[in-house]
Amino acid sequence: MTLTEQRPAPSEQQSSITAGRLGRPRHIAVVAGAVVLGAVTWLPAGSVNWARWIVVTLVAYCVGIYVASRVVEGRRQALDRLMLAVVTSCFLIVVFPLVSLVWTVVERGSNRFDTTFFTETMRGVVGEGGGAYHAIIGTLIVTGLATLMSVPFGLFTAIYLAEYGHGTKLAKAIQSMVDVMTGIPSIVAGLFAYALFELFFGAGTRSGMAGAVALTVLMTPVVVRAAEEMLRLVPDELREAAYALGVPKWKVIVKIVLPTAIAGLITGVVLAIARVIGETAPLLVTVGLAQGVNWNPFDGRMTTLPVFTYYQYVQPGLPPEAGQDRSWAAALTLVLIVMVLFSIARILSTALKPKGLK
Amino acid sequence: MTITDTPPDARPSPPPTEQTSKLGDRIFGGLSLGAGILILVTLAAVALFLITEAWPTFGADASEFSGNKSFLSYVGPLLFGTIWAAFLALLIALPMAVAVALFISHYAPKRLAVTCGYFIDLLAAIPSVVFGIWGIAVLAPILSRSVFPWLEDNLGFLPFFAGPASTSGRTMMTAAVVLAVMILPIITAISREVFLQTPRLHEEASLALGATKWEMIRQAVIPYGRSGVISGAMLGLGRALGETMAVAIILSPADVFSFNTISNQNPNTIASNIALKFPESSGLEVNRLIATGLVLFAITFFVNALARKVSSAGFSGAAG
Repeated sequence: MTLTEQRPAPSEQQSSITAGRLGRPRHIAVVAGAVVLGAVTWLPAGSVNWARWIVVTLVAYCVGIYVASRVVEGRRQALDRLMLAVVTSCFLIVVFPLVSLVWTVVERGSNRFDTTFFTETMRGVVGEGGGAYHAIIGTLIVTGLATLMSVPFGLFTAIYLAEYGHGTKLAKAIQSMVDVMTGIPSIVAGLFAYALFELFFGAGTRSGMAGAVALTVLMTPVVVRAAEEMLRLVPDELREAAYALGVPKWKVIVKIVLPTAIAGLITGVVLAIARVIGETAPLLVTVGLAQGVNWNPFDGRMTTLPVFTYYQYVQPGLPPEAGQDRSWAAALTLVLIVMVLFSIARILSTALKPKGLK
Repeated sequence: MTITDTPPDARPSPPPTEQTSKLGDRIFGGLSLGAGILILVTLAAVALFLITEAWPTFGADASEFSGNKSFLSYVGPLLFGTIWAAFLALLIALPMAVAVALFISHYAPKRLAVTCGYFIDLLAAIPSVVFGIWGIAVLAPILSRSVFPWLEDNLGFLPFFAGPASTSGRTMMTAAVVLAVMILPIITAISREVFLQTPRLHEEASLALGATKWEMIRQAVIPYGRSGVISGAMLGLGRALGETMAVAIILSPADVFSFNTISNQNPNTIASNIALKFPESSGLEVNRLIATGLVLFAITFFVNALARKVSSAGFSGAAG
């Protein structure tokens, strides 16, 4: 249908095979022209304006390559080259903020990325010094509790969906509810945990456990989805072979299905941890902020790394640089944790695969 | 290993009817069924607790709140701000994400594509608070120095750029750009996946008929991936609607309805308003914030339901 629309006139078709193509010299000329045009926009001002140079160059290149190709190669080739240029420019433009983000976090975070930062708390600290020891402990406790709750919860749900309830109405309902849960905004999960704990412990309560419940609501659907997908990848032949030998169903699951899928399961769990370890909003609402270490998740406020990052930035104290440096160092710590978790997931997923599936 | 463990006397009777395995089956089956049902219970509990906590707000008189505002006039600007910010973010992110997904799936050399895919997955997991402080520390000064004054001078006749341009950069536009950067990896990841699933034969048929690469993409890849891209965009929209910290850090909020994207007077979003007000609130104010959370929950629920409907409609484009 679309093909017929685009068939060019016969005369044009003939020439498009024989006519000259946009050779390398002309292509380089277009690139050089675009770069020079970009430079002209900041030369009068005297100082280099990198952002404007790059943007003008990209736009000029897109226009230039289209016009040049249109003249030499015809409309269809010109559009093709234009789209290649546009798609590549979009990619380059997108890379900028992302690289800038990583660079900024590393550069500013390294100011305070020292031993004091990891061994001291904020108790009694005004201005410089201080650290995030209490925040790291808090993050480990809250995320650890959330993992302890959501992994069995998510895994058993996935086992139900993949092994027991496959195709039933209940399983379908659970599946769509898991999808709904994936879309719950993190702050709403925080409000839910707050409301739940307010019911038992009275208004204004803050505790690490409430934060862990909020994170569990966010983490469980991620675990369910990953685990279900992995369990479905286990070949049915393995199950059938075990059944044929008279092994009961639960033993088949424990000894055959889970070990076969273990690599994927652990990867899924690690990625789920990476997702929730940086959650700020629910912890801001449920766990709050403390100046020192609190080891008891059932009593009182705790500090977690993301909340620490937030408060050190928006309420840095005097001088503000000290607080903001702490904030960037905490952000760097968070990003490093996420990266390490990602790498662990990657390594485990290849290392733990059963020999036959490698 | 497990197979040799089973006792040989299991051979004659087809199902082994020992008490232990029956009990084990019952416990295991019960546990997994219980976990599944607990999912439903949890979700019901989320809705129920939010409604109970929000309930006092709806019955309360306007005079009981600070500022003497009814709930509707309180949530109105917030709702507007939430949708406006998410819409702007999607407007920026969607074309970019589709272009990047096309670049990775069809243009980039294989090794670059694999690296980019990994990098993008990683970016999707970077905490939002980090995006937030990057936005206020790096992006906001750049935009307020070189982009906002230019927009005000040259496009000031449009209501979106009416000004007065903010000098701090804490504007809706900055927030929208940061949100766009945050949802871009999500939309890109999903789009790339569906673009890569385009049947090879469709692509080759198109190329064999003499189509250029772009014509091939327009004829084979985009129709096939359209529904996937739309559901990816919906997921990104859902994420942008619920995003809290980045907006809370960047935006300088005011209690207004305004389409102006470059001034200091911006409508706040529901999520960011909760994060900013919750730590200092008590009594009925808390109930009111939870009620706004309920509204947010309802919107994201609706958007996600729409996304699922689109994606379950399947790759209808491929057939037509």
